Amino acid sequence: MAATIFMVVRLRNLFAVVMLGGIYSLLAAALLVVLDAVDVAFTEAAVGAGISTVLALGALSLTTSQEKEPSRRPLYTLAVLFVVSVTGAALIFGSLDMPLFGDPAAPIHGHVADTYLAEGQAATGVPNIVTAVLASYRGFDTLGEVMVIFTAGIGVLLAFASAQAGRKPDDEVGGGEDDE
Amino acid sequence: MEAFGLYNYWIVIFLMMSGFYVVIARGNLVKKLVGLNIFQASVFVFYISMGKVAGGTAPIIAEGVETYSNPLPHVLILTAIVVGVATTALGLSLVVRINEEYGTVEEEELAGKDPAE
Amino acid sequence: MSHHLVVRVIAKFLIPFIMLFGLYVQFHGDFGPGGGFQAGVIFASAFILYALVFGVETARKVVPDWVVRTGIALGGLIFGGTGIVSLLKGGNYLDYSALKADPVAGQHIGILVIELGVGITVASVMTAIFFAFAGRQRKG
Repeated sequence: MAATIFMVVRLRNLFAVVMLGGIYSLLAAALLVVLDAVDVAFTEAAVGAGISTVLALGALSLTTSQEKEPSRRPLYTLAVLFVVSVTGAALIFGSLDMPLFGDPAAPIHGHVADTYLAEGQAATGVPNIVTAVLASYRGFDTLGEVMVIFTAGIGVLLAFASAQAGRKPDDEVGGGEDDE
Repeated sequence: MEAFGLYNYWIVIFLMMSGFYVVIARGNLVKKLVGLNIFQASVFVFYISMGKVAGGTAPIIAEGVETYSNPLPHVLILTAIVVGVATTALGLSLVVRINEEYGTVEEEELAGKDPAE
Repeated sequence: MSHHLVVRVIAKFLIPFIMLFGLYVQFHGDFGPGGGFQAGVIFASAFILYALVFGVETARKVVPDWVVRTGIALGGLIFGGTGIVSLLKGGNYLDYSALKADPVAGQHIGILVIELGVGITVASVMTAIFFAFAGRQRKG
């Protein structure tokens, strides 16, 4: 994963960057399987490595596949590196107070999770607790998420549709004449 | 060794900072979105690694299994992934529109290109 | 890509299985890993594969725009409508226990129905986004 990231940072060919992004998602999905999150890994593999790569390639075919050399001063890059390292160091300092990896006594396991695991199947008849929580215990959340997806889909359609509608009157002004 | 048990957070922080670096250091809008995706995936891994219980299995109730990992982060991240791709698609569509209007997706070239209206 | 014979034959062979797998993931999500979100994405990827191999125009004939657009709204309506039905049956909004006399069976049915709604919306949105990107001419 680290190697993929490094190449994503270095490469300027956006086609390769997008493909590496897909590989990164697939590796993340493998990591999620190791961490017992089969449902999530499933989604990540289908979405990250599949759909989003295809969409990014579609966007590339509509824009450009080569990133331009930055004309920025090296000072800017140094400043960015400084900001990133300071933030990372602060986060690592913060992680020192976090519960250990896999600790069953961590605070996150102390609230509702036990109830879900203990009563989920009896209350919903569904052995996959992730599905039970997703659809039943947190149905409102999921309804909200579906509405977000709905809105994003409408947004994409509108971003493209309004452009087509708005282009017709000002075709003679410019913009529409270089359709390849 | 005590501190070694925190390595999951450090992996996440490394991934997160790489994504962060790509987002702020690079001017190409498509690459910024890839950086945002890296950042996003690191948050997913963070949540899931928080939910991991040592010796546990996936939270699908089965005979003879006592310890399960915490299902709650799984649910949150499951929806977050799909919402993430939907919003990424929205971002990409805006990038495509920007390219159509301005002819470039480089941040530097975009600056000051707005028509003075 | 429609001139590659191997790609075309293999894609034709694969697409039914991808769809079958999508349906399996959709309706078996209560027992194994899976559910509406994953199934929607898998289903959409079947259409996307079809569009990549046989061309976007052909794919648009298979799934016309109005089907996709109706699907986007229909999924959300199924989800919200389930909540309304449980309201009408005397429960709280999205309280599936009220759907049937036996609360556990009601929960099970409710989960399956809203997962179906989720699946329809996700599949339609992903297909719509892909068509929107792929159907666009390059400018500038």
